Amino acid sequence: MTDNSNTTAPQPLSIWQKLNEWVNAVANPGQFLKYSSVILPWLGGLAVLGLITGLYWAFFITPVEEEMGKTVLIMFVHVPAAWISQMCYVLIAASSFGLLVWRHPLADVSAKAAAPIGAIITFLCLVTGSLWGRPDWGTYWQWDLRMTSVLVLFFLYIGLITLRNAIDEEVQAGKVTAILALVGVVLLPVIKWSVEWQQSALHQKAGIIRGEVSVDYLIPLLIMALSYTALFFYLHMKAMRAEIYRRRTVAQQRRLAYNALKDEQQPNSE
Amino acid sequence: MSAFYALLKRDILLSLREGGTIGIALGFNLIVVSILPLGLGPDMNLLNQIAPGALWVTLLLSLLLSLDRIFLNDYEEGTLELMVHGPLPLEMVGVAKALAHWLTVGVPLSLMTPVMGLLMNLSPEQFGILTLAALIGTPALSFIGAIGAALTLGLKRGGLLLPLLILPFFIPTLIFGVSATTGFLFASGNFESSLALLAAITLSAIALAPFPIAWALRFNLS
Repeated sequence: MTDNSNTTAPQPLSIWQKLNEWVNAVANPGQFLKYSSVILPWLGGLAVLGLITGLYWAFFITPVEEEMGKTVLIMFVHVPAAWISQMCYVLIAASSFGLLVWRHPLADVSAKAAAPIGAIITFLCLVTGSLWGRPDWGTYWQWDLRMTSVLVLFFLYIGLITLRNAIDEEVQAGKVTAILALVGVVLLPVIKWSVEWQQSALHQKAGIIRGEVSVDYLIPLLIMALSYTALFFYLHMKAMRAEIYRRRTVAQQRRLAYNALKDEQQPNSE
Repeated sequence: MSAFYALLKRDILLSLREGGTIGIALGFNLIVVSILPLGLGPDMNLLNQIAPGALWVTLLLSLLLSLDRIFLNDYEEGTLELMVHGPLPLEMVGVAKALAHWLTVGVPLSLMTPVMGLLMNLSPEQFGILTLAALIGTPALSFIGAIGAALTLGLKRGGLLLPLLILPFFIPTLIFGVSATTGFLFASGNFESSLALLAAITLSAIALAPFPIAWALRFNLS
């Protein structure tokens, strides 16, 4: 009797903990897997359709700009990339906040999945901007406010990815990376502001808000921005699903290994 | 509070008696500043022109070298584990350790700036502003750097990862430090406002950095 109670006493706690972990790890992500499988094809279709329409519009319907010539077409890939690169960081920061405050595992999955996509889109923004800058300002690179802050954003993405990769333990990696993301949210505006303070900008100001871009450009640009957003969320959801499946597989492998070990040990002990 | 001072005193004593950290930071700074003119050619006017920027960048790099030491020794021997459960809030442990790092690395590096200025062809009356700006700016580097040290605690390649994570966050200090120095040296712009902004960055870093430091320590030690 005493033997039994000794072995069973700690068990309710550990089962409860396991259940809690299991609920946290699987229940909500399972829900996510369900609805994301419905949304995904729509997002993908919207992205492909939007990219084709937007690029066709920009290349064949929009009249050629007199001053800049054909190079202005780079704008349609460059500007939406700049927008998405910032939106992605906001998403990572929000996910990190969610992870640290509510400890929701799906938030960690979201932050992890978004970082590489954000890094690639930021890189795309830098490369297209540099290619656009060469014919228009005569230089590939200029240390002005916006280029510098996008470059710093790119470094931050690389930092997030490397830090996560460097930590073996997954839960710890998620939390520590989340702290870095939140520190970045506080410091990015400070960095941007200090660069602005230092330099008189050469770059043209954001034109959309001041209404300087003509309708001929605005419509395809907005179509491109919309389809970039759709594409981003498509990739993000897809990566999140892959990450959830990967974590489930790892958990299952561990459970199998644990069971196999238990089966092996039982005949020996009796 | 006495626990705070005890920890501060212990950390300062440890790094003074250990010696290595300060020596490496100062030596590294000296070597980089002496190598720069060799790379650029001995054009004294050019050196004078680029002195503020070059000195600030080498200052950042030298300070960066010693950042991983803030928590590493205590982490490896297990003292940090005790501090987590000790009477002092972990935020204050972070403050004490970052402050000790500044006092043992930041201050000596700042006091060395006249020697560096000499190598970069600055005249003696220009040394003052260099040291002043460095003294005002470097606490921010220690406190922001301590975040990075806490984040990369216990990683195999933590020392290599740290600069990658932290250098972008040094940009505001770098910009205002350089601008204060050039503002005074070449009478371009208002150097007092740059100094005030440099101090603002430092004070904000001291006020805000302890929280992410404590979070990171907790996550990395649990």
